[in-house]
Amino acid sequence: MVVLALAALLIACAAPPVDGTAEAPQAFVNMHLITVAGAEIPQGVLIVDDGLIVAAGSSDEIDVPDGAEIIDLAGKVVMPGLVDSHSHIGEPWAADSSAPIQPEVRNYDSINVRSSTIQRAQAGGITSANLMGGSGHLMSGQTTYIKLRDGDTIDELVYRRADGQPLGGLKMANGTNSQGAPPFPGTRGKSAALVRSAFVSAQDYAAKIERAGDDASKLPDRDLGLEALAEVLAGERVVHHHTHRHDDIMTVLRLREEFGFRLVLHHVSEAYKVADEIAAAGVACSLILIDSPGGKIEAVDMRWETGAALEQAGATLAYHTDDWVTDSRLFRRSAALAHRAGLSRAGAMRSLTLSGAEMLDIAHRVGSLVAGKDADFIVLSGDPLSVYTLVEQTYVDGELVYDIERPEDRLAAYGGVGASYGGAAFHHACLGEVSR
Amino acid sequence: MSQYMNRLLVCALTVAVLPASLVSAQDIAVRGETVYTVSGPPITDGVVIVRDGLITAVGPAAEIEVPDGFTVLSAKVVTPGLVDAHATVGLTGLYNKDHDQEQLDISEPIQPELRAVDAYNPRERLVSWVASFGVTTVHTGHGPGELISGQTMVVKTTGGTVADALLDDATMLAATLGDDANTSGSGKSPGTRSRSVAMLRQALIDGQAYRSKLAAATDDEDKDGPARDLRLEALARCLDGELALLVTAHRHHDIVAALRIADEFGLRLVLDGAAEAYTLIDEIKAAGVPVIVHPAMQRQTGPDEERANISFENAALLSASGIPIAQQSGFESYVPKVRVALLEAAIAGAYGLPFADNLRSITLGAAEIIGVADRVGSLQPGKDGDLALYDGDPFEYTTHCVGTVINGRVISEVVR
Repeated sequence: MVVLALAALLIACAAPPVDGTAEAPQAFVNMHLITVAGAEIPQGVLIVDDGLIVAAGSSDEIDVPDGAEIIDLAGKVVMPGLVDSHSHIGEPWAADSSAPIQPEVRNYDSINVRSSTIQRAQAGGITSANLMGGSGHLMSGQTTYIKLRDGDTIDELVYRRADGQPLGGLKMANGTNSQGAPPFPGTRGKSAALVRSAFVSAQDYAAKIERAGDDASKLPDRDLGLEALAEVLAGERVVHHHTHRHDDIMTVLRLREEFGFRLVLHHVSEAYKVADEIAAAGVACSLILIDSPGGKIEAVDMRWETGAALEQAGATLAYHTDDWVTDSRLFRRSAALAHRAGLSRAGAMRSLTLSGAEMLDIAHRVGSLVAGKDADFIVLSGDPLSVYTLVEQTYVDGELVYDIERPEDRLAAYGGVGASYGGAAFHHACLGEVSR
Repeated sequence: MSQYMNRLLVCALTVAVLPASLVSAQDIAVRGETVYTVSGPPITDGVVIVRDGLITAVGPAAEIEVPDGFTVLSAKVVTPGLVDAHATVGLTGLYNKDHDQEQLDISEPIQPELRAVDAYNPRERLVSWVASFGVTTVHTGHGPGELISGQTMVVKTTGGTVADALLDDATMLAATLGDDANTSGSGKSPGTRSRSVAMLRQALIDGQAYRSKLAAATDDEDKDGPARDLRLEALARCLDGELALLVTAHRHHDIVAALRIADEFGLRLVLDGAAEAYTLIDEIKAAGVPVIVHPAMQRQTGPDEERANISFENAALLSASGIPIAQQSGFESYVPKVRVALLEAAIAGAYGLPFADNLRSITLGAAEIIGVADRVGSLQPGKDGDLALYDGDPFEYTTHCVGTVINGRVISEVVR
């Protein structure tokens, strides 16, 4: 009997649902639609099928396909799932205290996808994130780009490269955070020299591989750290560089010029002082917005106007949470406060979505609502830049991963008894003094 | 640099802090499309008259004449100057290095004799930062982290010396229960919750004995009083109810312990932080204790730590039950080095605290809990001319604070 019952259950699961809705396209209609790809649409339609966007646009222009499940979102706002270009959800520890340069360390091998921090980020409308190690090292290791699906293992969440390896960048830092007692550098000059030496070694390593050609006997011994740096030099792995002060920013630009790596500048408290130089270099900035300046020496000149200054200079900018530094549930707040301080509304929307996706090389799949991209989007109770607006639903690949009406999701969104689980919160991500 | 930023920079330069004593209080009229008096209903197209630093009239612009020679400021929204019910700003500074962090001495776990007036830096940049958001009064002083870390005081966010800024030189004793009081580097701090409470009770009993000796000497001229002891003197003032006991506690059992101690010693208790207070509404209400709720954006911690169960709804749930609440910037060891009470309250509003209750919790409600409601917290004749000017709903992300007035003097014109 048990076997028969089980068999029946299996068949039931395999068969298409009786009403057929899961197989039918979904049409989200009547909402204010922010595609980020173009102007905002007061009366929008979003057609989703099999996890992908079939169409997104005005109700005047888009026909709802026959048989589609219609979801009426009158009074709501829909925008792309948010992309967080710098986060520490899921405890993404990387380098340890043994050395200042550890490019061989992957935080892919560390991430706890069952941490409540992941659910909190879904509650904030975040659907893709760059999980970073700390900033207490010149090179703290390889970062991991994830999609915030509901999954039991990291492998269900990770973005992958064409070769099957996890997609991610290399976390670097300069300034005071990465300084310390030997073997850590004690000065800025020493920091830059150590980084240059590492890249020179990687150049040599890459050249040996190049010279070996098809002759395996001439290949250098495999070195995981140099291998990662060779990927950086080849443009296959983006450098995500923590830096605050104007002179430290210029040092990073100088190193990039020398070694030709692809670069995103992170935090950049003083970017407004060198906005033209950043824009001229064509380098993108992933910004944090903190409620007050200071807290560390390098951030005493932080300003809310940095986003506006970079926008006016013509540089690409995104905001990030640096969660736990700011709360993933309030990610929109950073762009909204930047808008308050002069960033355009369109720039604010882009800084939460497409610009971050571009920095992670995932803009062909996410970051805007256009046909062919993944159906990663959020339903909001009102304007994304209003404090009173809540994220009500978060969709990843067309799947509803967060719904404020579900008790467990409401707990993630509001907090309360039992809201924190799955592991310790990430406390000292970028806190230089104690990050090691 | 953009024109926008240049403008802001110029504004910033013109708002350098000047000692209040060098600038006489002004005669000023502040007109608002909506004036929130807090003590009464909002006034549409209202005006507030401030003469010699004090409010002399509040009402509809149609009914109140602006005297000749008064400077007139206008804004879409006018509120009382905001009152931050608990901070460490001015003792904690921008750089977050030992030399500008004065809120906690860890040499001993119980030091009620440490005065806030001896540590406050009125020219700290973070003080003018919060002022630029409309915060005009701050209850600041010694912070959490030891059983009793010291005293607090109330200041205005202006003035070149602490004397210029002062509203109340000794307001509460700052105490901490829970794990945050068990971690001091001195080796003398408690290692468990039970030990924390035992040490606190012993200190209060010592204070009672000192107070009894003082009373005996007062009653009997032939008797010598006890040798003066600053520590016991401060505890005696707390036992007398002159100083409230401000207990920072987050876990439910630590909150209950605070209520128990207050009951045993008849203390005037104010709960601070109180992340799990929403689980003890009946108990807190029965005790008649006000709560200065943690900043709404205070970080959730891991499941085994103090603020695992923190909720954005805490302020809303407590307020709805009738418990007197206020909101605060609190203490932050990292960033933001100073939180802004207005920005924290905005999040509490987004998660259920109604507008009027929210505004009250950072104005009159806060002033009542810290004992300065006779001077600040509402726009009423006779109160100090402290106002905040906004170009929209003060809590909205995209609204700017466009001016801050203290004692009738414009102390900030930054558009922020």
